[in-house]
Amino acid sequence: MIKKSLHKRENELANSHRQLEILSNGIFQNGGLPTFKTKISETGQFPLKAKTLEVLQINLGYMCNQVCSHCHVDAGPDRKEVMTRETMQYCLEAIEGSGAHTLDFTGGAPEMNPNFRWFVEEASQLGINDFIVRSNLTIIEANKTYYDLPEFFKRHNIHIVSSLPHWTRGKTDKQRGAGVFEKSISALKKLNAIGYGMPDSPLRLDLVYNPSGAFLPANQNAMEKDFKKILLEEFGIHFHHLFAITNLPISRFLDYLIASENYEDYMYQLVESFNPEAVRNVMCTNTLSVSWDGYLFDCDFNQMLELPVRHKIKHISEYNQELLEGRDIVISQHCYGCTAGAGSSCQGTLA
Amino acid sequence: MQNTYYDPADLKKFGAIREWNQELGDKFFEYYNSVFEEGSLSAREKSLIALAVSHTVQCPYCIDAYTHDGLQRGVTKEEMMEALHVAAAIRGGASLVHGVQMMNKMNKLDG
Repeated sequence: MIKKSLHKRENELANSHRQLEILSNGIFQNGGLPTFKTKISETGQFPLKAKTLEVLQINLGYMCNQVCSHCHVDAGPDRKEVMTRETMQYCLEAIEGSGAHTLDFTGGAPEMNPNFRWFVEEASQLGINDFIVRSNLTIIEANKTYYDLPEFFKRHNIHIVSSLPHWTRGKTDKQRGAGVFEKSISALKKLNAIGYGMPDSPLRLDLVYNPSGAFLPANQNAMEKDFKKILLEEFGIHFHHLFAITNLPISRFLDYLIASENYEDYMYQLVESFNPEAVRNVMCTNTLSVSWDGYLFDCDFNQMLELPVRHKIKHISEYNQELLEGRDIVISQHCYGCTAGAGSSCQGTLA
Repeated sequence: MQNTYYDPADLKKFGAIREWNQELGDKFFEYYNSVFEEGSLSAREKSLIALAVSHTVQCPYCIDAYTHDGLQRGVTKEEMMEALHVAAAIRGGASLVHGVQMMNKMNKLDG
């Protein structure tokens, strides 16, 4: 199990340029596989254009209490990048004028940002329809500072989305760290106890599944059925929906693919599973991702690859919805991760 | 010409069998895909059956394919190994149950 981020280890893949180099060379350069641009050009879908903004996803920082083996953010306790209150203020102004129906707070562990609660309190007053916090669950169990988080979430009608890669301890701990499964189960029970995830409850609790290795997720509905059955039978846990998310070949997952000699086979899988239907609904066309320091990206993955929006407006302080609409989406070969099979997004499958 | 009988990369080329007989190849793959759809048995159960049968017919391509497929469907390694023991039990049993034939013959010849 890894203990430190790629950044802390000074691994070459902490460098986004190196990652992009790998994703553009090798099998994509020697003609073995078509680039993403070539592939979507074949189906008349190039260039991808931003549509009306629906989801504003804000990354509150890369600091996290966990060091998950496949984290695309390369988050961990050793990451010190956290959003300031000043940047949050710019975000609040942007949310008000954006017309987005969904606000999505992510990290790292967003709760570890010292201004997290203030930000949630302010943002929850803006009349957003769906206010998501991506909570890793174990933070609720981490120490007494966080014990009241379930009540805090409930008070602000937060929609909780949490990762749980498998219903077995072994598979979850292997991916997310020793002891994570037990703590996640305990946190889920606490959330259920105050109404989160219960059948017909308006307090929404969704889980995220991502594969534990170099393979794609199966049918989301079938997985949800299995997860629901087993979590209820074995632990008495309820939740609403399961989002099946494909691991994108960037950051730590790219490192894993290369180290385990699965990189080429995985890229073949992604390309062979290319689904033009998923391209039509791909999340970068209705989402804007804001980094901890306020810069704008077409999606969270582009943020991690340091591929900013292709537009003169680069920062949340200059936000203007009308101007950003219709911009060309920045793409590379990692985009195949969102268009494989039934497609993948932060809200699960697409097609 | 390759100097080993099996190359993992050949699995990706399975569809190429159609090149020398499109009609029968198409029919086979259409049938194959229908078999693995959700039915009275779930696609997950069928994947486990396929994994066990792959070991019985000792097809390395099928073993690769259905280990991968099982992983995608959330099948655990414990479930996979149990499925293999079912295959092994039937395979071993198939040898041993013929022991009755051996005993019958022996008794007739030398009873």
